[in-house]
Amino acid sequence: MRPRQLWAVARKELRQAARDPLSLAMLLGLPALMLVMYGYAINFDVRHVRLALQDRDRSAQSRELVAAFVNSTYFDLVADLPAGADPELLTRRREVKAVLVIPEGFAGELVAGRTARAQLLLDGADANTANTVLGYASALASERNVALLRESGAGAALERSGIDYQPRVFYNPELRSTQFLVPGLIGFILMLTAVLSTALSVVREKERGTMEQLRVTSLRPGELIVGKALPYLGISLLATVVILVAARVLFGVSVRGSYLDLFAVVLLYLIGALGWGLLVSSLSDTQAMAFQVGVVTSMLPAIFLSGFVFPIRSMPVAVQALTYVVPARYFLVVVRGIILKGAGLMPYLDSLAFLALYAVVVLGVATARLTRREV
Amino acid sequence: MSEPVIKVERLFKRFGAFTSVDDVSFDVAPGEVFGLLGSNGAGKTTTIRMLCGLLTPSSGTGTVLGLDVARQAEALKHRIGYMTQRFSLYDDLTVGQNLRFFGGVYGLRGAEWDERRAWAVEMSGLTGKEELLTRSLPGGWKQRLALACAVLHRPRVVFLDEPTGGVDPLSRRRFWNLIDAMAGEGVTLIVTTHYLDEAERCDRIALMHAGRLVALGSVAELKQVFAGRALLEVACPRFLEAAETLEAVEGVREAALFGTRVHVVVDDAELGRQRLLAALERVGNVPARVERIVPSLEDVFIHCIEAEEAARARRAS
Repeated sequence: MRPRQLWAVARKELRQAARDPLSLAMLLGLPALMLVMYGYAINFDVRHVRLALQDRDRSAQSRELVAAFVNSTYFDLVADLPAGADPELLTRRREVKAVLVIPEGFAGELVAGRTARAQLLLDGADANTANTVLGYASALASERNVALLRESGAGAALERSGIDYQPRVFYNPELRSTQFLVPGLIGFILMLTAVLSTALSVVREKERGTMEQLRVTSLRPGELIVGKALPYLGISLLATVVILVAARVLFGVSVRGSYLDLFAVVLLYLIGALGWGLLVSSLSDTQAMAFQVGVVTSMLPAIFLSGFVFPIRSMPVAVQALTYVVPARYFLVVVRGIILKGAGLMPYLDSLAFLALYAVVVLGVATARLTRREV
Repeated sequence: MSEPVIKVERLFKRFGAFTSVDDVSFDVAPGEVFGLLGSNGAGKTTTIRMLCGLLTPSSGTGTVLGLDVARQAEALKHRIGYMTQRFSLYDDLTVGQNLRFFGGVYGLRGAEWDERRAWAVEMSGLTGKEELLTRSLPGGWKQRLALACAVLHRPRVVFLDEPTGGVDPLSRRRFWNLIDAMAGEGVTLIVTTHYLDEAERCDRIALMHAGRLVALGSVAELKQVFAGRALLEVACPRFLEAAETLEAVEGVREAALFGTRVHVVVDDAELGRQRLLAALERVGNVPARVERIVPSLEDVFIHCIEAEEAARARRAS
């Protein structure tokens, strides 16, 4: 590989990118925009659930239970139903997500030292939200139980006996989903932009006929491929910086680990992504086709098969097997480690090895396909 | 004649069942302007692409500057220039940026680069326009710039695939002056075209039809196909019918339609004229005019292609 030729190609590629400021702005700005959109839209945290109350007991004890729900900030009390009303009506009309029903005799049972019953009616149409709400409600109920036991003087017994279950969540103690989404977004956005920019830049030359001209010059295929990839590598790294800054400013997500480690992983991941872009370009003859193939093969796996949105463990076995060849899956694990846990690279050598393997294989196949002589 | 720069022997190129180049042989001498003519799909571009090392021949051999086109393609690429059929510069770069890119690709530097760049700008007539976007240039200028980019590295052999497609006659003339100037410096040029006036400017021409070479030689040599015969131009009211009538007349070798007139090849001018007049009068298609004409290159090509079609039909039956 001769540096003069390499530089000629890279400089040409940069000039062409600069000639098209809209595309360049898209490459740099779109990632941040997507982060904002996805960061706010894909939010698994559930707060301010609209709650209706049907308190048939109207006792101090029932009011304490309701207060526990409302004070948690997870629930907003929006309706108070009279005793005779049908509690289901409101959920059916989608005015509330949940109805807390406290039957008559709630206080009486508690005072008598027996188990008192309360019921939570939940709209399960949105299963994810319902699940989360159910979790909150159970936690609130058990907290309330502990408090009741203490008040009744059984506290001492409680503290002596049984398992004192005190969960603590590390790294993302508030379980905020943005913390956890940023690494996934970096993985998906980089994959998309790197694959598309390289694939389109090669296919554009095929479409315009300049590729034929280049093939008859003394330019070697390696010089062309590396010369083309380098500028997009630079642009993608810049896009990574933009994402990190946006994540910090907008969502307060900071990198706990070393930036050097982070950029090393990003670089490795990008090389594989650029290789994939080249492979896509070798399969497509038009920019429209390259765009479609690029989007389908880069964006979809990076979102759905990487563990970014859906946990891999909850996928069917066949789909789980498929995730093993998705580089975003490995990238995500390492980058979550670096950004959230402040981990180094050592615990992730297996994931890094896969990313390296992926880059080598994909680049190898792409180079072989692009340099193949017509017969 | 000195040792040929290009030698093509029994070259074939098949794509599946389709034979794109069918048993083609020719030599090109140093400094020659060699025209490759034929309709679209005749196999001109395929032949050129094989000679540039972009396509591997199915069989046969081609050598350019002593290098085998199938086995020494990479070495060959440093020594030849190729301007593809479609205009192939980067139209989103300026004139100067295009030159700089191709200069970089060919590894030009220092004084040599300065000299070649100045030469390229001068020869393409783009002095002072180096900052212009290539997209904004008129066709003729783009083509001269493309030629300049293709020969920045001073190749001794240059392939031009339909270089003047879609440009005005004046630009075509200017382009051909550049070709002649390069030939004057000893560069060998292979040019494909379907303009017959351009063919007339070539030292020698090869005519291709359906993959086969049907005529090869200088313009004067090619016109010898009519030697000993005469070409008559007949103008009749029902010209379509006349071509058929005349083909059946004794002593008529060929009758072909040229626009609204019929060109007829006869063994003897005077006898032929009498016979065809008689034949046309019999069917009431009296010609307004019958004239003996000097054969044009077009007559030669039509003659060659018809002879090839006839031979093909014989082979098939």
